[in-house]
Amino acid sequence: MANPFSRFFRGKSSAENQQAVQGTDAGFRRSSGLGELTRLLKGSEGLAILDLGPTSPANITHFTELGHRVYNEDVLLAAQNADYKAKDANGNPTIDADHFFRENLLFRNVKFDAVLCWDIPDYLAEPLVKPMVERIASVLNPKGYLLAFFHTKDAGPDAPYYRYHINGLDNLRLQRGPQFRLQRVFNNRHIENLFHDYASLKFFLARDNVREVLVVR
Amino acid sequence: MDTYRTSEQTRTDVAHIGKSVVVKGELSGSEDLFVDGEVEGSIELHDHSLTVGPNGRIRANITAKEVVIHGRVDGNISGKDRVELRKSAVLAGDIVTQRILIEDGAYFKGGIDISKDQTPRREQQAGHATSTPVTPVTTPSSSPVPAAPASSTRG
Repeated sequence: MANPFSRFFRGKSSAENQQAVQGTDAGFRRSSGLGELTRLLKGSEGLAILDLGPTSPANITHFTELGHRVYNEDVLLAAQNADYKAKDANGNPTIDADHFFRENLLFRNVKFDAVLCWDIPDYLAEPLVKPMVERIASVLNPKGYLLAFFHTKDAGPDAPYYRYHINGLDNLRLQRGPQFRLQRVFNNRHIENLFHDYASLKFFLARDNVREVLVVR
Repeated sequence: MDTYRTSEQTRTDVAHIGKSVVVKGELSGSEDLFVDGEVEGSIELHDHSLTVGPNGRIRANITAKEVVIHGRVDGNISGKDRVELRKSAVLAGDIVTQRILIEDGAYFKGGIDISKDQTPRREQQAGHATSTPVTPVTTPSSSPVPAAPASSTRG
C-alpha cells in the first residue's frame, strides 16, 4: 500500500494537475526541520526572519507573535517577471541573473537570523539558484539558520508546487500554489555543494518525497 | 465583500482623491483620506486613517493612524494603530505598526516590525490574535506559469 504522505509531493498526470485548483488546501505535514528551527529560536526575541515564499499571513502571525521582525520576498514569483528573460549564446531562453539580483533580494541595514527557503531551489531557474544561496549567505548572521526542502527523485517533474503555512511548532499547512514545474532534483552531494559556504547542514528524512535541510551559516 | 468606501455619504466624511487624480508632492491633513488615484511623494495623516482604494497607486512613504490598502503601494508604511493589506493589495515596502492584518491574496515584499511602545503587551497580543487571521493565501492572478523542462543543476 502506498505511503499516504507520498501523495503530496509525487507528480500527477497533466489531467490531474489541470484539475487541481490553485489556492486549495492540500492537507498538513509534520516538519522536523521546522520543529528543530523552532526549538533553536525558542527564548529569543527581536530576531529578523526572512520568508522567501509567497506572502503567508500564518507565517507572519507566527513570527510576529513571537516578537520577531518578519521580511517577505516571493523569489519564485519575482523570477517570472518578463523583464528578466534573456537568451544565451546559443539563442536558448534563460534568465538574466545580474538583472534579477540588481532588483531582488536587496537588504540594506539588515542581517537575518533565520531564512525560510522552503523548496524554492527545486523550482527556481538554473542561473538563479547558486547566486541566491550566496546572496542569502551574505545577509545571514553567523550561526543563522536556513530551512530548505528538496524533493527526492521519486517526486517527478510534475511534483506540485505548494505554499507552506506554519501551523504550529512543527506542522505545516500545504496549499496548492501556481503550477510551477520542478526544475531539477538535488541529491545529498548537490545539496552539500550548494551550501558549501555554510558551517553545517542537518538532514531530516521525511516520509514523503521531500528531504528537509537545516543549514547553519 | 470589499469594504472600501465608495458611497456618496462616505465621501462627505472622508477626503477623497478620485481615480483620475494624480498628486505629486507632500500630502498631509487632519482628516481621514481615501485615495483611489495616484500619489507620488509622501502622505502624513498622523491621527487619521488612510485607505488606498483598488485603483490607488501610491509611490510614497505613509504615516497615519490606520492604513488600509486595496491597491498598490511602493513605499514604507508607519501605521500607528494598525495596517491592513486587503486581498487585492500589492505592497513593496516596510511596515511598522502595532497590529497587522494580511488578507488572503495580498502580495507583500518587505519587512514587518510590530512596535510595542504605546500599548500594554497583553492588549497587543489580543490585537494580533484578532487582527491577523490565518487564512488561505493565493498568488496574484497575474503570476505566469513557467514551462521549463526538468534538468540537472550540476553533474
